[in-house]
Amino acid sequence: MIHRFLPLLVTSAVLVVGFLLCAAQFPAFASLRVVGNLLTDNAFLGITAVGMTFVILSGGIDLSVGAVIGFTTVLLAVLIEQGGWHPVSAFAVALAVAGGFGAAMGAVIHVFQMPPFIVTLAGMFVARGLGFVLSTDSIPINHPLYAELGDLALRFDGGGKLTLPALLMLGVVAAAVVCAHWTRFGANLYALGGNRQSAELMGVPVGRTTVAVYALSGLLAGLAGIVFSLYTGAGYSLAATGVELDTITAVVIGGTQLTGGYGYVIGTFIGVLIQGLIQTYITFDGSLSSWWTKIAIGVLLFVFILLQKGLLAVWTGRGGAPAEA
Amino acid sequence: MTDPTPTASPPLLAVRGLSKAFLGVQALDGVDFTVRHGEIHALLGENGAGKSTLIKTLTGVYQRDAGTVTLEGRAIAPRGVEEAQRLHIGTVYQEVNLLPNLSVAENLFLGRQPMRFGLVDRGAMRRRARAVLIPYGLSLDVTAPLGRFSVATQQIVAIARAVDMSAKVLILDEPTASLDAQEVAVLFKVMRTLRSRGIGIVFVTHFLDQVYALCDRITVLRNGLLVGERRTAELPRLDLVAMMLGRELEAAAHRIAPPGNDGEEDARPPLVRFRGYGKARSVEPFDLDIRPGEVVGLAGLLGSGRTETARLVFGMDRADRGEAAVDGQAVRLRGPRDAIRLGFGFCPEDRKKEGIVGALSVRENIILALQARQGWLRPIPRRRQEEIADRFIRLLDIRTPHAEQPIQLLSGGNQQKALLARWLATEPRLLILDEPTRGIDVGAHAEIIRLIERLCADGMALLVVSSELEEIVAYSRRVVVLRDRRHVAELRGGEVAVDRIVAAIASEPVPVEPRP
Repeated sequence: MIHRFLPLLVTSAVLVVGFLLCAAQFPAFASLRVVGNLLTDNAFLGITAVGMTFVILSGGIDLSVGAVIGFTTVLLAVLIEQGGWHPVSAFAVALAVAGGFGAAMGAVIHVFQMPPFIVTLAGMFVARGLGFVLSTDSIPINHPLYAELGDLALRFDGGGKLTLPALLMLGVVAAAVVCAHWTRFGANLYALGGNRQSAELMGVPVGRTTVAVYALSGLLAGLAGIVFSLYTGAGYSLAATGVELDTITAVVIGGTQLTGGYGYVIGTFIGVLIQGLIQTYITFDGSLSSWWTKIAIGVLLFVFILLQKGLLAVWTGRGGAPAEA
Repeated sequence: MTDPTPTASPPLLAVRGLSKAFLGVQALDGVDFTVRHGEIHALLGENGAGKSTLIKTLTGVYQRDAGTVTLEGRAIAPRGVEEAQRLHIGTVYQEVNLLPNLSVAENLFLGRQPMRFGLVDRGAMRRRARAVLIPYGLSLDVTAPLGRFSVATQQIVAIARAVDMSAKVLILDEPTASLDAQEVAVLFKVMRTLRSRGIGIVFVTHFLDQVYALCDRITVLRNGLLVGERRTAELPRLDLVAMMLGRELEAAAHRIAPPGNDGEEDARPPLVRFRGYGKARSVEPFDLDIRPGEVVGLAGLLGSGRTETARLVFGMDRADRGEAAVDGQAVRLRGPRDAIRLGFGFCPEDRKKEGIVGALSVRENIILALQARQGWLRPIPRRRQEEIADRFIRLLDIRTPHAEQPIQLLSGGNQQKALLARWLATEPRLLILDEPTRGIDVGAHAEIIRLIERLCADGMALLVVSSELEEIVAYSRRVVVLRDRRHVAELRGGEVAVDRIVAAIASEPVPVEPRP
């Protein structure tokens, strides 16, 4: 039974060992403040990665999420600053637009039987382009509610705090775990990722599930866009460039198979934290170029893919047939 | 002929005058089909007979053009798999089955999970899964991924799912195609239990032995038409085959010994010669000679080392002992490339996994081995490729609209013939065929046997693995019998007969040295 959770265990071990190493080098590291910041800084990534996990579990991919985040921030800035909207109604519109955008991509993927890679790649360009159409500048958002929401946090002794973005991410992760394992929708996702044709023959509503999972990914990218605008206090069409790749990385490091059907939401969460940890370490060090983050993550990603491959080989090798050279 | 003892109550499932056409091709034409309570009913026919279309119409995958379907007297017209399940028609397919990545319990209850407070009650699901599997004699970890279990277990889980969804009619589409004898026995036990519970089972298979071992009635389709329904006990095998083929099967007249062979020692030097050839944990060391124009059969039960022997001869597995020689020259077979260079060809057993490249055209599949031998830097001109492809399509009667058709769209028998063509195009001196007739219909079966005979008449040496003993006897000059990964006997000439092979397989397991 242990090997089913092995990728997850390894990922968790990497996080714990990494954190202990950081704490050994920089005693200030092991504080609630650092942990709180880690969660806040990576909240938008974590929220997006949850949606990506669902999409990948179902056997798809969503390359549009970074662009949707960027588009959402611009949309919010334009609505609030130039349109004079109240942020809450702007949030509602942004979520609806992002979710609808995802649903449209899901519908195209299902109806025309198109590869998700191509459809969401096109979606990425469309979303990014729409952002530029709205505005090419970075627009600061000065609404008082933004300041209030920015201050909203659960505070702990010693300067630690869980900000609204961090709380949102934790809530999304918790809801996603329940959704993945305790709802029919979750079971259908795994079924779809296991074998689309079998799932269909077993009565899984393939079309509905496909549309729903991309809508969910879009919706969560929209939520991540709101969080990102709270975090930066601005809207900019170039925001969150490349975030789709960061989220895919987090999903894979978290032990989810890129081909779908196997993996856990909680693994993705840990994958996000590992990426954040490396970044925080480099900030603490001060002398390292931030590009070392990318290098470290690249190496980790490679190691994890090799690990998965090895596990899969061990797994299928258990079939009982005599080993063949 | 109709049922001689018609009952007053309506039959479980009655199909009357069912028709279905695709793009003008009549796949089913006015077919009647009746399943009664508590019977196992074999649905037989060659490829293209309309079995799949009939099943898919019953399960709502296709919508019928004409005709009626009644279940216990009530007219039904399912519009999808889900609806068919609700109407008590459950189906278990041969290949696409359940989901290997989900747990056994999740597979059993996908789409109908027990819910509590709006969430899936995983504890209840596990308990109910264990309870559902008890009547099938399965006691296993229902939380483990289904893919970890054998194909037979997966089939039984699929059946359990279908039956638990209150199936009254259970359609089993070639469930035994990838099972070994022991697993088949387990499956049959399950089927008999279900029959005694009054479930009507529609059993689609290519194995006539299984039909006679299990089925109460047989319905035969041919070219979309109903040929007839018979009681199994009243239908001799030869008549059944005639019904399926619509003609007398020439290959049924199996000869006992190949003509022109009186069992005398063949004086010609062997093309290939293996001495003490073997591989640990695969096959015990064996001696084997194959002469030009000779067919050597490899017979034995599943897992006896037949396929392993073939793989060693082709260099797919590397021998760790013994010597090989071709034309008297010692050679080393370090991989299929070596074997291909020596003029060997190999048609593997699992043509989907190891043989065809589904998305490529028939032409590209045929040309593959020839091109590989030439090296990819010297491409075969397109015109030449087309000539070769067309020649073999004609020669082997590969039924395809044209050479550019993706091979995955062909039927199993025609895929097998295209694979044969791939190797024939390289003009091999030794061709190894692993289960050349598995999973293909009776007509293509006979054609492939005729082809094997023609090839050996042309001077090619053939090594053929098959689990069909009659088939091996029909074309082999010599038969090597294997048991428990060991070559236990070599029959030649007049000795080549089914009963001798069976006797050799069943003989006491003392170490018998292969003939020197």
